[in-house]
Amino acid sequence: MSPEKSTAGGPAPDRKTSAADEARLEVAAETAGGQLAPPAAAVGSTVTPDPGSHRGILERIVTGNGLVSVLAVLMALVVGGVLIALTNEEATEAAGYLFNRPGDFFAAAWNAAAGAYYSLFQGSIINLEAESFTRAVYPLTQTLTTATPLICAGLGVALAFRAGLFNIGAQGQIIMGATLAAWVGFTWQLPAALHILLVIIAGLLGGAIWGGIAGLLKARTGAHEVIVTIMLNYVAIQLVAFMLTTPGFQREGNNNPISPLLAESAMFPKLLGDGFRLHWGFILAIVATVFVWWLLNRSTVGFELRAVGANPDAARNAGISTTKGYVVVMLIAGALSGLAGVSQVSGTERVLTTDVAASFGFDAITVALLGRSTPWGTFAAGLLFGAFRAGSVAMQTNTGTSIDIVLVVQSLIVLFIAAPPLVRSLFRIPPPGAFRSARKPAAAAGGAA
Amino acid sequence: MSTATTTAPALTPAPAALVRSWKTPILLGVLALLSLVFFALGAPATEVTFRLTDPEAAITLPDLVFSAKAFGWAGAIVLVLAAAWAFVLVRSGRRVPLWLPVIFGVVFVAAFLSWSVGSAGTPNIALYGLLAGSITLAVPLIFGSLSGVLCERVGVVNIAIEGQLLFGAFAAAVAGTVSGSAFVGLLAAAVAGVLVSLVLAIFSIKYVVNQVIVGVVLNVLVSGLTGFLFSTVLSANPSELNSAPRLPNIRIPFLADIPIIGPILFDQSLIGYLMYFAVAAVYFGLFHTRWGLRTRAVGEHPKAADTLGVNVNRTRFTNVLLAGAVAGVGGSFFTLVSVSSFGQDMTGGQGYIALAALILGRWNPLGAAAAALLFGLATNLQYVLGLLGTPVPSQFLSMLPYVVTIFAVAGVVGKSRGPAASGVPYIKG
Repeated sequence: MSPEKSTAGGPAPDRKTSAADEARLEVAAETAGGQLAPPAAAVGSTVTPDPGSHRGILERIVTGNGLVSVLAVLMALVVGGVLIALTNEEATEAAGYLFNRPGDFFAAAWNAAAGAYYSLFQGSIINLEAESFTRAVYPLTQTLTTATPLICAGLGVALAFRAGLFNIGAQGQIIMGATLAAWVGFTWQLPAALHILLVIIAGLLGGAIWGGIAGLLKARTGAHEVIVTIMLNYVAIQLVAFMLTTPGFQREGNNNPISPLLAESAMFPKLLGDGFRLHWGFILAIVATVFVWWLLNRSTVGFELRAVGANPDAARNAGISTTKGYVVVMLIAGALSGLAGVSQVSGTERVLTTDVAASFGFDAITVALLGRSTPWGTFAAGLLFGAFRAGSVAMQTNTGTSIDIVLVVQSLIVLFIAAPPLVRSLFRIPPPGAFRSARKPAAAAGGAA
Repeated sequence: MSTATTTAPALTPAPAALVRSWKTPILLGVLALLSLVFFALGAPATEVTFRLTDPEAAITLPDLVFSAKAFGWAGAIVLVLAAAWAFVLVRSGRRVPLWLPVIFGVVFVAAFLSWSVGSAGTPNIALYGLLAGSITLAVPLIFGSLSGVLCERVGVVNIAIEGQLLFGAFAAAVAGTVSGSAFVGLLAAAVAGVLVSLVLAIFSIKYVVNQVIVGVVLNVLVSGLTGFLFSTVLSANPSELNSAPRLPNIRIPFLADIPIIGPILFDQSLIGYLMYFAVAAVYFGLFHTRWGLRTRAVGEHPKAADTLGVNVNRTRFTNVLLAGAVAGVGGSFFTLVSVSSFGQDMTGGQGYIALAALILGRWNPLGAAAAALLFGLATNLQYVLGLLGTPVPSQFLSMLPYVVTIFAVAGVVGKSRGPAASGVPYIKG
C-alpha cells in the first residue's frame, strides 16, 4: 500500500520525468484545489510541496499553464480554420488543380479561414470599419450581453463541480428560473425597482427548486445526479411547453406557445443607454462571480462543499454532512442558473418561449470546464464563449460560415486545455519543475525510492 | 488500495448505509395511490379493445375486450397489495426482492394503458403495433447502452455515447450515399464510433483527463462537427451525399407468423437482428469468457488485475474502441433504417437515455437492454396515445420516459453500484 499524498494546492513537485509520471503530475497540478476530479492513483512516494517561489520567472512563463492555455486556444482555432478552409467552395475548386498551381489553393484556403475569423473578431470585439465610435464598440457590448447568462449558468455548474457533482442540468434550471421570473414579470403590475427585484427572486427560486430536486434525490436516495439532471432538462422543456398552452401563460389571441411581453418595470435597465443591448444583468453576473468566490474561499459552507467534493468519505469522517452539502450546493447552483434565466427574459428576450434557454445550459458546462471551475476562471471563459457566440452570428452573415464551427472550436479548446501533456508534447514545452529536477537529480531519485 | 479511496465526482457511489431503505415502499405506495385515484376511481365507463394480432396475419387471435372500470380496479388492488407487502418486508428488516417492483411496473403500465386508451376518443389499440414499435425505437438505445456497459465494465465512464451515435449516423448516411450500399454505411458507422472512442481513450487513458469531462466535450465536438459539415457540405449537395439507401426489414419465414411475438421479434431490419446478437454476445462474453473475466477485473480492481499480469490500460483501450464500434452501428439505425438522410443533432439526446438505461440495468447487458426496451415502450406509447387522442396533454406524455427514469433511478436503483474502478484512471506504480 502506498501512502496517499495530495498535491492539491501546490505546484507540481519535482520528480523523475517519465511519461506516466509527467501525466500524473500534470493532473495533480491541473486539478489543484479540487476543482475537478483529483487523480485517482496515489502519487507513489513522498511528495514535497514546492512553494514555487524559487522558480525563475522565465521558467514559470515557459512551463506554466498560461502558455499551455494560449497554445490550446491557438490549436483549436487552427483546426477550426482548416475545417473552414477545406469546406470552402473556392478552396475545394482550387484543390482540383492543386499540383498545377498550389498557390491558388493555399490562397483560397487562407482567405476563407482568415475571412471567417476576421468577421468573428469584428462581430465580437470591435468593428474597425464602423462609421462612429458607438458602432465600433457595439460588438463588444454584444459579447458582454451574450456572456451574461453563460457566466451565471457556468458558475452554477462550476460550483457543483467543486462539490463533486456533475450538474448537467443547467439547461432545465435556466428554463425553470426564466419561467417563474417571466410569470412574475408579465402577471404582476408593480413599481419599477420592486418589480425587477421580485422577478430576480422568482428566477433564483425557480432555478433553485429545479436544482434542489436533483440535490435532494442525490442526498436522499443516492440517485445519480448526471442522470437526474439530464432527465430534469427534458421535463423542464416539456413543462414550459405545456404551461405556454395554458391561459395563465399563453399570450391572448395567439396560438403559438409564446407568453405576453414582460412589463417594462420587470426589465433590467440598460447599462449604456438604449443604443446598446447591454443591461444590468451583466453587473449581477459580476456580483454572482464575487459571491461564488466568497462562498468557496471565505465561507464555512464553501469549505464544507470543497471538502465533500475532494473526498466525501473524509468529509463525513470529519463531521461534515455530505447529504446536506449536496442539497445546499444544488440549491445554490440552480439559483445561479435561474439568474441566467432572468437575464434572458428580463435582459434580452422579454418573452417566455420554449426556446428561452437556447443552448446556454449546455454551453455553461464547457464554460465551467474551461474556467477550471474557479469563479473568475468561469467568468473569463464565459466572456470568451460569449465572444464566440456573438461573433459567430456576424461570421455567418458575412462569410456564410456555419455557426456550428464555434462548437467545434469551443470543445477543442476545452479538450486541449484539459490535457496539458498533449499540448506540451506537441510544442515540446518542458513540464513544470523539469529544470529543477534536472538540477537536483539526486534528490528526485531519493524521493522516488 | 489507493485507487479506491479517491473518489471521482459522484461516479463512485458512497458505501450504502446499513439502514432500512424505505424509498422503494414509499415510491410504490405513492404510485399505488395514484393508480387507485386515476385508474380505478377515475376509470371511464367504456369497453377497451386490445388487438393482439394483425387481421391480415397468418394466425389471428381474438381481440381482448374488457371493461376499463373492472380492469382499473383489479390493477389498482394488485398494486396496493404489492405496495403494502413491500412495507411489511421493509418493516421486518428484509429486502424488497427485485421482481416485486418489476411486476409492479408491468401491472402499472397495463392499468395505465387501459385507463388512457379507455379515456381516448377511440378506445381501441393495436397491442402488437405498440410492442413492435417499442423494440424498433429501442434499437439505438440498446446499442448505446451496450457501448456503455463495455466501457464502464472496464473502468471508463462513457458519456460520449451520444457523440458515438451521432457520428455513426452521420458516417452511415454519407458513406451509404456515396457508395450506394447500406452495408458500406454500416461499416462506416462502426468506424466512426471507433474514432470517437479513440479520442475518448487517448484523452482519458493516456492523458488521464477526467472521463466525464472528455465525454461531455466529445458530445459537443461531434454535434458541432456534424452540424458544420451538414450545413456546409451535405445541404449543398443532398442527393449525392445525404440520401442513403435504407436497410429493408427482413421477415423470417414461419417465425414471423407466430402470434404476437412473431411480428414483434422476427420482422426487423438487419440492425435489429444485429442487436439481438450484440446483447447475447456481450452478455456471454462478459460473464462466460476469459476476456470477460479480465475486463471485469480491470473495471473492479485494476491493481489486482495488473498484479496478475493483465495489461490494464491496453485492455481498457481495446474495450473502449470496441464499445465505439457497437454504438456506431447503433447510430447507423437513424440514417439506414428510420429515415434515409442525416439531420442536425438527429439523435436528440438518445445517448443520454442509453446511459440512463445502463444505470437502470445495473451495468448488466441484459438489464440494460430491458431498461432500454422500457424507454422504447414509453416513447412509443407517447406517439400511439397522441394519435388516439387521450385526455392527457401531449407534453406530459412526452415527459413520460424522463419521469420514469427519475423514478426508477431514485426509487428502485438508488445507490447504484457500478464497477468499482469506473471513472478512475489507472496509473501503474
